Amino acid sequence: MLPFRQTPIVDDFARHGGRKVPLPLEGRGQGWGYSVVQSERLAGMRWFSPSWQVVLAVLLCILAAVLGPVTTAETTEQAAAGYPFAETKSFVFDLILVAGAISMARIPPIAAALVLFVGAHGAAWLLLSGIAGFEGTARAPFYLLLAAAWLLAWRCVTLLSGLQPAARWARVLLRLVIPAIFGLWLLIFWEAITRGAGIPFILLPPPSAVGARIANSLPILAADVRQTIFKAALAGYAMGCAAGFVVAILADRFGFLRRGLMPIGNLVSALPIIGVAPIMVMWFGFGWESKAAVVVIMTFFPMLVNTVAGLTASGHMERDLMRTYASSYWQTLFKLRLPAAAPFIFNALKINSTLALIGAIVAEFFGTPVVGMGFRISTEVGRMNIDMVWAEIAVAALAGSVFYGVVALFERAATFWHPSVRGG
Amino acid sequence: MTDRLRDKTIPVTTILAVLVAVWYIGAVAMNAPFQRDLDRRGDVTRTTLEFIGATLSQPKPTLPAPHQVAANFFENTFLRKITSNRSLVYHSWVTLSSTLVGFLFGTALGILIAVGIVHLKSLDRSLMPWIIASQTIPILAIAPMIIVVLAAVNVTGLIPKALISTYLSFFPVAVGMVKGLRSPEIMHLDLMRTYFASPSQVFWKLRAPASVPFLFASMKVAVAASLVGAIVGELPTGAVAGIGSKLLAGSYYSQTIDIWAALVAGSVVAALLVALVGVAGRIVERSMGARPA
Repeated sequence: MLPFRQTPIVDDFARHGGRKVPLPLEGRGQGWGYSVVQSERLAGMRWFSPSWQVVLAVLLCILAAVLGPVTTAETTEQAAAGYPFAETKSFVFDLILVAGAISMARIPPIAAALVLFVGAHGAAWLLLSGIAGFEGTARAPFYLLLAAAWLLAWRCVTLLSGLQPAARWARVLLRLVIPAIFGLWLLIFWEAITRGAGIPFILLPPPSAVGARIANSLPILAADVRQTIFKAALAGYAMGCAAGFVVAILADRFGFLRRGLMPIGNLVSALPIIGVAPIMVMWFGFGWESKAAVVVIMTFFPMLVNTVAGLTASGHMERDLMRTYASSYWQTLFKLRLPAAAPFIFNALKINSTLALIGAIVAEFFGTPVVGMGFRISTEVGRMNIDMVWAEIAVAALAGSVFYGVVALFERAATFWHPSVRGG
Repeated sequence: MTDRLRDKTIPVTTILAVLVAVWYIGAVAMNAPFQRDLDRRGDVTRTTLEFIGATLSQPKPTLPAPHQVAANFFENTFLRKITSNRSLVYHSWVTLSSTLVGFLFGTALGILIAVGIVHLKSLDRSLMPWIIASQTIPILAIAPMIIVVLAAVNVTGLIPKALISTYLSFFPVAVGMVKGLRSPEIMHLDLMRTYFASPSQVFWKLRAPASVPFLFASMKVAVAASLVGAIVGELPTGAVAGIGSKLLAGSYYSQTIDIWAALVAGSVVAALLVALVGVAGRIVERSMGARPA
């Protein structure tokens, strides 16, 4: 036991210090070096390395085979005509068992992960396409097989997390693939459970139905996005952030203002500001202006507080240097203190990107013209068109992520000198 | 003491006084058109001072004056029986209860996720990006969804609102706790290793104590977020009680003073909750041997 305790130390170094750590020697392959985890090193002597996920998956498969029919449809006469599992069922078993077996053989982790990926998702796809049209007929073996496939995917992710490829593109790819598998399985479970258990459509539509709805109602979604995001959220975001920034500069210039404003700003950031929405709707009418006003108020304070904090971020030495140059307040501000504050300012911009969308959508609950994401959500909920609501949510999620991502890209471009970006 | 007076009390009071003055001026300016209209129809002539007085005492003003809001708040908080459905204490309690339930669930969930992320590498790589992505999503937008769907399966009242609060409050706690659990320095971790400490010992004796300041800092953010969640959760369904429903009712019937009073009540609750978490944090940290900085 003892001699192997050094491996986790390497692991902890990499994780905690965030520094470059020499990999174990045998892990330095051409493109896909990998850190050797304890179990694999032990198993290196043998021809196969068991993993509990795969073993459990095999056990689940056996249990599923013992329990018999995958769906209730299989037990009735329905089975005769067009019943999908008649041919694919054995294939599902084969996929899981073969992929699991190969992954435990002594092959490079990347190959094992690939095999597992194909096996797990092939089995899941067969299961999902089999249950479509036979909603609500799933029996225990269906879920057992699904769980087995999921365990293979888990093992796959574990193997992928252990990889430490030397090439940069491979690392970026890994950083994208691992969370993507996780998200994919959320969708798979959602689809399988809503279809398998026959959950009523108006309670929770399966993701495939939501996707179909998005594809069918693109014009409506586009109009809503234009109204809520491009008119209300973006206008309010620009005004709120600009106002917060200007006031922050003023507060920095006049110490009295800063000392008076900062405690208030910190307090306000804890308050449920979203509650001003009905007031703004009353003042500015039902159009996008009222939503923009809510967004202005919501985004103002994070910007103010963060910018003021950022303006103190430059060091004493640097400020003294500026003084030896006899630079004026504004010169110091633009050449030293604002660049130094950039990470804080971008942090506020990122926080505000989410707040802007929330503000614009929630304000629409208090009254809108007949277009807008918040309007659509509240009316379609009333009409029990839940798939439309989920479509709006998916669009909102996408828009929010894109908004955030764009700000983050600007941040990388503008603060390329900062250690957190340059780092590595 | 004089430092505190000069650095904090005087500036803050001044700014607040300016804000109140601006509020009064704004109230007069915004209520004036309607009042002028009213006077013309009623054929009333007033002196300027009387006119200003009239703009500040409309029953449904565009912008209520501070003293109107204060009077309404005082009346509905202290003069009514707390069981009456006009009492702000009653509405605040309804919102507060779902806030607290959601906050507790959210904190527990956040801590669990953080512990998982710190200990399982595959979870770290696959879950962490989604936790961050989940915050770029305007999640409050699905609040009405959750409530309607749960109402359809006969789950109503406190739980759906609490779920929204849970969702909003788990994120700050999860992120803060991941940071906190990873905050011990390499030296300390190595020391634990020289003691041949098991992973659970490292967790309980090093990581958990080191994460406490992070936990309370993020709980402050979480409790504010969870109050927002509870209020928004009351909006779309015409909930019968709670600060959110008070806002909605006020907006339907143009009871502006009620809206402002409800806002004040929400702010008071938020400030109290944050202060409470702060005090709890200070007590816990002191009892664990932290020295005030």
